[in-house]
Amino acid sequence: MTVQHKPFAITLDVGSSHLNKTGSWRSMRPVYVDRLPPCNKTCPSGEDIQGWLSLAEEENYEAAWRLLTRDNPFPAIMGRVCYHPCEGACNRGQLDLPVGINSVERFIGEQGLIHNWQFEAGEDTGKKVMIIGAGPAGLSAAYHLRRFGHAVTVFEAAEKPGGMLRYGIPKYRLPREKLNAEIYRIEDMGVEVKLNHKIEDIEATKKSGGFDAVLICVGAQKSNMIEFEGDAGIPILDALKVLRDTELEQPNQLIGRVVVYGGGNSAMDVARTAIRLGAQDVKVISREDPDNMTAHKFEIQETIEEGAEVVNLRTIKSVNGHEITLEIMKISEQHHSGHLRVVGTGNYETIEADVLVLAIGQNVDPALFSKTPDIELDSHVIKVDAIMQTTQEGVFAAGDAAPSQRSVTSALGHGKKAARAINAWLDGKVYQPAPQNEIASFDKMEPWYYSDAPRTVQPHLDAVRRRNGFAEVVGDLDIEHAKYEARRCMSCGNCFECDNCYGICPDNAIRKLGQGKGYEFKYDYCKGCGMCDAECPCGAINMIPEDI
Amino acid sequence: MSNQDSNTDIPCEQQTVKFYQTGTFTVGNRLLDEGCRTVQATAERANSLDSGHRACQGCGQALGARYALDAAMRATDNKIIAANATGCLEVFTTPYPETAWSIPWVHSLFGNVAAVASGIAASLKAKGDTTTRVIAQGGDGGTTDIGFGCLSGMFDRNDDVLYICYDNGGYMNTGVQRSSATPPAARTATTMPVGDNPGSSFTTGKFLPAIAMAHEIPYVATASVHDLHDLERKVEKAMTFRGARYIQINVPCPLGWGSQPALTIKLSRMGVECGLVPLFEAENGKLTDSTKIRYRIPVEDYLKLQRRFAHVLKPQNTHQLDAIRQIAEDNIKRYNLV
Repeated sequence: MTVQHKPFAITLDVGSSHLNKTGSWRSMRPVYVDRLPPCNKTCPSGEDIQGWLSLAEEENYEAAWRLLTRDNPFPAIMGRVCYHPCEGACNRGQLDLPVGINSVERFIGEQGLIHNWQFEAGEDTGKKVMIIGAGPAGLSAAYHLRRFGHAVTVFEAAEKPGGMLRYGIPKYRLPREKLNAEIYRIEDMGVEVKLNHKIEDIEATKKSGGFDAVLICVGAQKSNMIEFEGDAGIPILDALKVLRDTELEQPNQLIGRVVVYGGGNSAMDVARTAIRLGAQDVKVISREDPDNMTAHKFEIQETIEEGAEVVNLRTIKSVNGHEITLEIMKISEQHHSGHLRVVGTGNYETIEADVLVLAIGQNVDPALFSKTPDIELDSHVIKVDAIMQTTQEGVFAAGDAAPSQRSVTSALGHGKKAARAINAWLDGKVYQPAPQNEIASFDKMEPWYYSDAPRTVQPHLDAVRRRNGFAEVVGDLDIEHAKYEARRCMSCGNCFECDNCYGICPDNAIRKLGQGKGYEFKYDYCKGCGMCDAECPCGAINMIPEDI
Repeated sequence: MSNQDSNTDIPCEQQTVKFYQTGTFTVGNRLLDEGCRTVQATAERANSLDSGHRACQGCGQALGARYALDAAMRATDNKIIAANATGCLEVFTTPYPETAWSIPWVHSLFGNVAAVASGIAASLKAKGDTTTRVIAQGGDGGTTDIGFGCLSGMFDRNDDVLYICYDNGGYMNTGVQRSSATPPAARTATTMPVGDNPGSSFTTGKFLPAIAMAHEIPYVATASVHDLHDLERKVEKAMTFRGARYIQINVPCPLGWGSQPALTIKLSRMGVECGLVPLFEAENGKLTDSTKIRYRIPVEDYLKLQRRFAHVLKPQNTHQLDAIRQIAEDNIKRYNLV
């Protein structure tokens, strides 16, 4: 042993402060976490929106498309028709305006079509699934089941696939070449779609086709109708049939003075279609006040821009000849105590019309299930359990036919969920949804760091040019704007490697592991001050108590 | 500008940074060109002040010192000698026989760091070494009170030293006594919140950046630990000059300010955003640039997070709050902050 010569009165060796493990001071420990961004949580299709926006920020569009289509096979379609509840939940909305997620989704969808990116089917499992209905729920389920490796046949009663995407959403919102291209891509995975093939007997078809499981995605196609008092001298049409006839380019009687009854998106679609077909005077009659109509605000606004009149707080009392009598309604002052929100005033007015279209909701057609007594209905929809299984073993239901929000996006989400449930069921298991992370709420973030960046607005076709054709109303973002919009994402709850924690640690107690690998804490030296947590822009650090 | 080296380029100053999520507000940014990121964002930073030092949790000075020295190290290709006045920074980094410094570093007395640094610069000149640069550093006490004579002399002789003052507004490691840089109304151990004008006096105090400007030295700047890009740019710019330079960095002190350690960066940001901590640059005695306030906030938002100002927010002391508001207003006008 060598004798150390130490300075006078010093018992320690001269050395670096590294010997002094200041981590022992700590009572709280920082940890890196992934929190669930509110957009992802709100998306009915369960997309990893923050994830694919992050890839789009880096201009890695194919990776973004692959991640997006992991959950939703229709980015070019949904980039147009989704009502984007994600944007309503977006934390950036509390800073300036929400990220234009839907417009970036559309851009990525377009990239997929331009570059002809394709899906791959999973390894063959030998199992066969029959799906009834080639609407959004059925096609989504077919896609996910095919990715699991099951053989899928979709039976569709109509002459073309797409369901409500084709027969309920007008061309000016969804050009048919986009719709067709994204449906073909699913067929190209080996999904068989049998058109003009109405299923009369589910059990018999299942047996004769050798199917292991059945998924019912027949939608809600029966329009609600009302019998009015009086002697109507004008046609009273159903909104779904009008939209369907328009799609098939068949005469649909939308001429002269058109009155649409209803306050939802279908009512707006019919009114806007009537304007495009040359109707002279289009009125939408809504029972509700403008703030409580079920149609989305931008749909109502675009409808008015195109020249339709929206008449609020009216119900139709009677139809006599060309004369429609409306009752003037009012919002009840007692509606908070359980009374009806909107009540009649007993005052009436009349308008003239040449055609009346009812757009007051749809339901599942119960006649479809007359031969399957084991499949029970409840409140006009198919009864399903937590894993989307009907009251008959091995038969599942999804989309508008099952209890749902009745939007295209929720239908896609239903299709995915049903596919996962069927996949588990075919394997003799019960589907368990993955547990969700804690929500990345705005209060966990430090918004000061985000640059000021106003939202990009998608180009819109002039109202005058919209009135005389079915050209698409809303345009694409160009590549620069799509990149900019993606880079407005605040990456809530998920580290985007801004180096803030690494830079601001007064104790140099964070190690940077290199691009894409993130960081790690050096707990030997971390004093637990919490600055990294306080200054993490996106809230991807949490402070937890130490065991002392 | 004869006394400025012409061959040192300052990254990113002229480059327009397009919108990259957080732009240049965060330490790094994966979408930014490497050259536009801060020194602190790199895995290769010098870590001039390294782990194991004994500063309190959330120490702003420990952070400011690493920021400034690492930037100076990059600007000079790691050729830095630092002289350090007595004070927190010396005490918590160098309890014999340990040191947290990974650069050539010497401890002077409390009051003579500017003279020691001048001597080092003179010896380098005598040796013909033109590449090694000298930094003197200390807290506000060692700078504005105890070391002021030596510092003024260093300015007067225009010695080739960058003097960095880490201003936390008091003598913190000896128990939070008032310095001549303690802000008006702040409670310290020697300015207790009693009487009609509780806390530190409104009438005295020294704002050393203005005094340095009065010496008409080549470069004077103020910086804050919350704006790293700004801070690093100023240090790197200072290294392009020869002669006496002065940078004062606002560093929150959780112990002396009575603030949460986690809020150190937030407080330094709020101090700037409310107008009480003006960020500016001056060359040869003339104001040349100022960092604009991004989102102006009321001074009380800044004060209420600090226990040392608790009495200012009481109803009987609104005259103090009004006076502090006026200081912020005056700063904004004088230094063109909006």
